[in-house]
Amino acid sequence: MPNVTVDGIPIAVPDGATVLQACELAGKEIPRFCYHERLSIAGNCRMCLVEVKPGPPKPQASCALPATEGQEIRTDTPMVKHAREGVMEFLLINHPLDCPICDQGGECDLQDQSIAYGRGHSRYDANKRAVTEKYMGPIVKTVMTRCIQCTRCIRFAEEVAGVEDIGALYRGEDMQITTYLEHAIQSELAGNVVDLCPVGALTSKPYAFEARPWELKKTLAIDVMDGVGSNIRLDSRGRQVLRVLPRINEDVNEEWAHDKTRHHVDGLVRRRLDKPFVRQGGKLVAASWDEAFAAIAKVARSAKGSVAAIAGDQVDCETMFAAKSLVKALGSDMLEGRQTGLAYDVSNLGAVNFNSTIAGVEDADAILLIGSNLRWEAPLINTRVRKAIKRGARVFGIGPEVDLTYAVEWFGNDASLIAKLPKAATDAFKDAKRPMVIVGGGALKLDGVQGAAMGLIKTLKLVSEGWNGFNVVHTSASRMGGLMLGFAQTGGIADIVAAKPRLAFFLGADEVDYSGFEGSFKVYIGHHGDAGAHAADVVLPGASYAEKHGTWVNTEGRVQYSDKAVFAPGDAREDWSILRALADACGVDVGFDSFDGLRAAMITAVPALGREGLAGYDFSAPKLDAKAQMKLGGEIAYPIADFYLTNAICRASPTMQRCSSEILHGDEMLEAAE
Amino acid sequence: MADAPQIPDEAETRARWGAFAWTPDNAKEAQRHIDKYPAGRQASAVMPLLDLAQRQVGAETDTQGWLPIPVIEYVAAQLDMPKMRVIEVVSFYTMYNMAPVGKFHIQVCGTTPCMLRGSDDVLAACYAKGMKKGATTPDGLFTLTEVECLGACANAPMVQINDDNYEDLTEASMASILDDLAAGRQPVIGSQIGRRTSEQVGGPSTLKDMKKENHDYRGEWA
Ligand code: SF4
Ligand code: FES
Ligand code: FES
Repeated sequence: MPNVTVDGIPIAVPDGATVLQACELAGKEIPRFCYHERLSIAGNCRMCLVEVKPGPPKPQASCALPATEGQEIRTDTPMVKHAREGVMEFLLINHPLDCPICDQGGECDLQDQSIAYGRGHSRYDANKRAVTEKYMGPIVKTVMTRCIQCTRCIRFAEEVAGVEDIGALYRGEDMQITTYLEHAIQSELAGNVVDLCPVGALTSKPYAFEARPWELKKTLAIDVMDGVGSNIRLDSRGRQVLRVLPRINEDVNEEWAHDKTRHHVDGLVRRRLDKPFVRQGGKLVAASWDEAFAAIAKVARSAKGSVAAIAGDQVDCETMFAAKSLVKALGSDMLEGRQTGLAYDVSNLGAVNFNSTIAGVEDADAILLIGSNLRWEAPLINTRVRKAIKRGARVFGIGPEVDLTYAVEWFGNDASLIAKLPKAATDAFKDAKRPMVIVGGGALKLDGVQGAAMGLIKTLKLVSEGWNGFNVVHTSASRMGGLMLGFAQTGGIADIVAAKPRLAFFLGADEVDYSGFEGSFKVYIGHHGDAGAHAADVVLPGASYAEKHGTWVNTEGRVQYSDKAVFAPGDAREDWSILRALADACGVDVGFDSFDGLRAAMITAVPALGREGLAGYDFSAPKLDAKAQMKLGGEIAYPIADFYLTNAICRASPTMQRCSSEILHGDEMLEAAE
Repeated sequence: MADAPQIPDEAETRARWGAFAWTPDNAKEAQRHIDKYPAGRQASAVMPLLDLAQRQVGAETDTQGWLPIPVIEYVAAQLDMPKMRVIEVVSFYTMYNMAPVGKFHIQVCGTTPCMLRGSDDVLAACYAKGMKKGATTPDGLFTLTEVECLGACANAPMVQINDDNYEDLTEASMASILDDLAAGRQPVIGSQIGRRTSEQVGGPSTLKDMKKENHDYRGEWA
């Protein structure tokens, strides 16, 4: 712990801290462009100059200077002031004065810092350098004349995204940032460079010229594009969410968000269900709420308890609880959330949870991936694995080989390998202090995989004092909440199909195989006209996650709350109120009359949902049918076929469709063109 | 930015150079460079390999050589490097050519010492032969580039032509060098006024005793 003084304030800083960090600890603001606490240090913008004694009598770049015992740091001397003004003036020699037409305006580091630390006028009247725009794909728009060569984007691509697509060509004044031959960035994390770029060189292409930051209403929300539960901020104006930005949460998403999180928003205003529909003569016909309710109530009365509810991937706990209450009031407990037919054992929630926690992945020293394309199923857990590898972890994989942006020792695609791990793995795990297994939710589809994976708890010593390395990664934002609320049948959705319910509610469930429900009266409550609405007999327009308050539980069992940013379009209503009104129409009582009442009832039923943070399940491996394990074997298939089109919102989003065709199917497109 | 090299059309270069592979001799040479570095650090060999590749392209096209995209990717693949990292190296150093050049690549130093000693005259000699900066003459013989200091300032003005330096130039001597090259003759390499390396013009004037032996001057210091 070196002791230093900053502007006369004595302060002890952690070992390995830089002078810049010491100044921050002392509460001094240090302007910077290239330094970013999550990236390596480049030291090339020189904006962070301070005066340090002992040392040469000139300003020093504080971001790249280690803090050492007895340093006297000054950030308030004339030398520092002049130095900052000088650097600012240099940076502005070639920076265009196009703030009025720049999307970064209002949230631009260069703007802010030139106001705070610049001279206020320019002494240069020579021509400015101009740089041609570079194509970087459907997400990132470039105006390269604005670039100040801080190299944050390059370092992000290399270090965090693991895709070395961005680089700097030429040198000196001619230096230009570009992607390789101006191809689209081949990363699902590309949008983050937009946030990182301190100027307006990299801006968001789908959001180009949409709004100024100060016109936007900011709502704190939770991302529902995958099971990670990234903390996000919805920026909306009027009735439309215009963009999504990540919020910092060190335990979940750090400060990143993937492109699906950021850019699905244009799907929120397309293909929306905005009025009820009732099927008449084989066709869905627009109806009033009363007509729709009457149609359902008629079936409900004759169903005599033969009622089921199936939840999709983007359903909040409140909606699921309301549906559960309704189904219960109608005399049934057929609930299921694993819409694609998974039927793993859920008698112990800890056994299907991401137990090490997401942040805990960084501490692992040996990781075995079982049937998980982590890069697509949970991109922000994948970045944690990259961090673990930097700290020396080794990663092994069972499943189809995919590019996860890091080196994986693949054993092959045969589930039976789980029970007889190759020697390379057992050796590596023997010495591991923090061994970890990550089971992809999709892999649990195969008979015996769950049991075999749980067998590894013992053989690989995954659980020890203060460490639980048994992890299941779910791709659905509603999965853990659904399991906590009992949305699981022993045999999965197949049990419900076999029970042939007279009346079935589908809560935003678009991935269900509807052919099994031909005899049921299908009520779809959701927000997008996707597969579920097409199959339904009655469609009730609900609210998307952005249009309601909700409780979400991520794949590590973390309970988080999301707020309502905008109103649902047209006649659509919040799902809980639909279910509440439906209860009246059916003449049953669900026990709540308001959203607060619903939430209170839900928390009484499942107290963990009332506490923000990890739900903290007990962990014990359930006893599984040994017969299933006998059948262990066969090829594992990943659940996600197209990263950008995994749910109804994305499928409605032009940006996501463009990403899919250009980034994932770009090669095919080129071939077709030739 | 206007004189940044224009990377030639990708499809065309891919068609022409897509099948690039080392000649047997160069394959050996490339391996020799790679072997200089410990396993896993083979990326360190990127510069000699690029140079080798440029020379091989040069030999094939009877020019100084350049680095088409497929050739850059070939080197990247061999060294297991991201393509972006290799093209960064290529674009950083002026001695790698990103576009085709002529048989002789005339790199005229225009930095201050050379400029004060007459690099404008040297350029004039080039212009007189029909050269233009950043372009190749129609006969494919000469490509002219103005470069920054090449580290031979003591012998200013100077040019580098392919692998050789020609120093202490005047407009006339530059013209005759170009004539020789065009006629297929090898001009004198190095100083054009007969001085040895960067010795003083007119021969050494101090430390003359050093010529015979490792003379100890210390006794003569006053
Ligand atoms: S594009 Fe932006 S992030 Fe990248 S180097 Fe330029 S200023 Fe920095
Ligand atoms: S922040 Fe220190 S040099 Fe850029
Ligand atoms: S200035 Fe021309 S070689 Fe140095």
